[in-house]
Amino acid sequence: MVSIVLIGLFLLIQAVPSLLVDNINFFTSPEWSTGDVANLRFGIRDLLVVTILSSLVALVIAMPVAMGIALFLTHYLPPRVARPFAYVIDLLAAVPSIVFGLWGAKVLGPALEPLATFLNTKLSWFPLFSGNNVSLAGGGNIFTAGIVLSIMILPIITAVSREVFQQTPVMQIEGALALGATRWEMVRTTVLPFGRSGYIAGSMLGLGRALGETVAVLLILRSSPLPSSFSVFDGGYTFASKIASAAPEFSEPLSTGAYIAAGLVLFVFTFAVNALARYVAGRGKAKAS
Amino acid sequence: MAKRFDIKDLNIYYGKFHAVNSVNLAVPPRNVTAFIGPSGCGKSTVLRSLNRMHEVIPGARVEGKVLLDGEDIYASNVDPVEVRRTIGMVFQRPNPFPTMSIKDNVVAGLRLAGVKNKKQLDDVAERSLRGANLWNEVKDRLDKPGGGLSGGQQQRLCIARAIAVQPDVLLMDEPCSALDPISTLAIEDLITELKKEYTIVIVTHNMQQAARVSDQTAFFNLLGVGQPGQLIEVDDTEKIFSNPSQKATEDYISGRFG
Repeated sequence: MVSIVLIGLFLLIQAVPSLLVDNINFFTSPEWSTGDVANLRFGIRDLLVVTILSSLVALVIAMPVAMGIALFLTHYLPPRVARPFAYVIDLLAAVPSIVFGLWGAKVLGPALEPLATFLNTKLSWFPLFSGNNVSLAGGGNIFTAGIVLSIMILPIITAVSREVFQQTPVMQIEGALALGATRWEMVRTTVLPFGRSGYIAGSMLGLGRALGETVAVLLILRSSPLPSSFSVFDGGYTFASKIASAAPEFSEPLSTGAYIAAGLVLFVFTFAVNALARYVAGRGKAKAS
Repeated sequence: MAKRFDIKDLNIYYGKFHAVNSVNLAVPPRNVTAFIGPSGCGKSTVLRSLNRMHEVIPGARVEGKVLLDGEDIYASNVDPVEVRRTIGMVFQRPNPFPTMSIKDNVVAGLRLAGVKNKKQLDDVAERSLRGANLWNEVKDRLDKPGGGLSGGQQQRLCIARAIAVQPDVLLMDEPCSALDPISTLAIEDLITELKKEYTIVIVTHNMQQAARVSDQTAFFNLLGVGQPGQLIEVDDTEKIFSNPSQKATEDYISGRFG
């Protein structure tokens, strides 16, 4: 607790001088130029948009997949078979994120290009699919980054969900089966209601990881001179990848402060997500007892 | 509706462990059959194999025949899910679905069977709750969660849930063992009511209870540690408790056991 407060204080103290001399609105401007210390112009709008969009894509993919895998491992496969399978999923968490980044940028991105083109042109009535501020070629966009992030957060969501699904009381499972429920009906009437809050909490933990992921996103996303068009086919920077990309130039305190201000926003944001996860998990526990 | 069971040469296994040896037993319709015997003698296991709940445990299997009005529920073309829809079960500890309302709990079986008509569901909920002697206590809070009821009420809710689908047979696995004496009395009265319509098989550790509610009693025993459980004898309850034909039965019911 103390260390969290100290980190927050550090970020705040470093960020305030830069925020005071910011010449544009910090929250609503897409611009980011910190080269001229006499005329700092930085806003986090696009960082926020790219961070949230990439994390949302990751969650939308990872949440159902993780639920499916967790249910399959706990209530369909015999334990003897499920254990090695679960181990493989857990192993995904051990892959270094730089490797995910390289794979996303060099393998997955180009492979997704036809799909991205299809979604971007044929399904452009869906707001998040229309427009792009970087070329679709090579796949250096939020879409690719989100898919890579979904793989990276899959193990944590799966592990937490597996844990809670496993703990469904046997007497409830038997109650459902004895009523003539099929396995899926049993899962729907007992396992899912029982594990719901844990599943959501696990997803929030995954979201926290996706929001803060740095190097994989940095390698995948292509930067763009244009502001965000609020599409998943945009390029750009997330909070974390923006800060990491500028790390070699942190010599001027006022410019550095701009990045630290962005870091502060990310800090508060992930903190809020984690607090929400804890609240949801705690509420579920209170209900179960 | 109420059907009879004929259990023929039933052997039950947990993996390699032979849990129950060769049970032969007839359960007449509209009648209460009690299973009594010491812990671990296999009476609950036999009960659970009557609606194919035994095989839910990994590695568990059954040999022999269980005929429900002449039809073997273990025949290869029989779906265990269908068997469980027609044979209701009440467990040792009340297990209503905690996130469902009282009414949704009662009609859960019907919903699984695909009934959607709201009027019909309401009618069945009322009829079943009345049948379980619970209607007057819960009629004003049907939409409240079932977990908020007392233990005895929850168990009656589970009985209502089991009879809502009008099963052929009602199986009860020590339904009163987690309840206080007053709730136990309520359930016993209910069993006496229910046997007018249903075939009931009840496992109990409480011999007075077996003597009070059942028409026929089956005594199970273990011949030794690691040996399978056996059906020692089955007879009219009155006869079992006054003049059993086996010495082991007499020792058990008179408390000279072990």
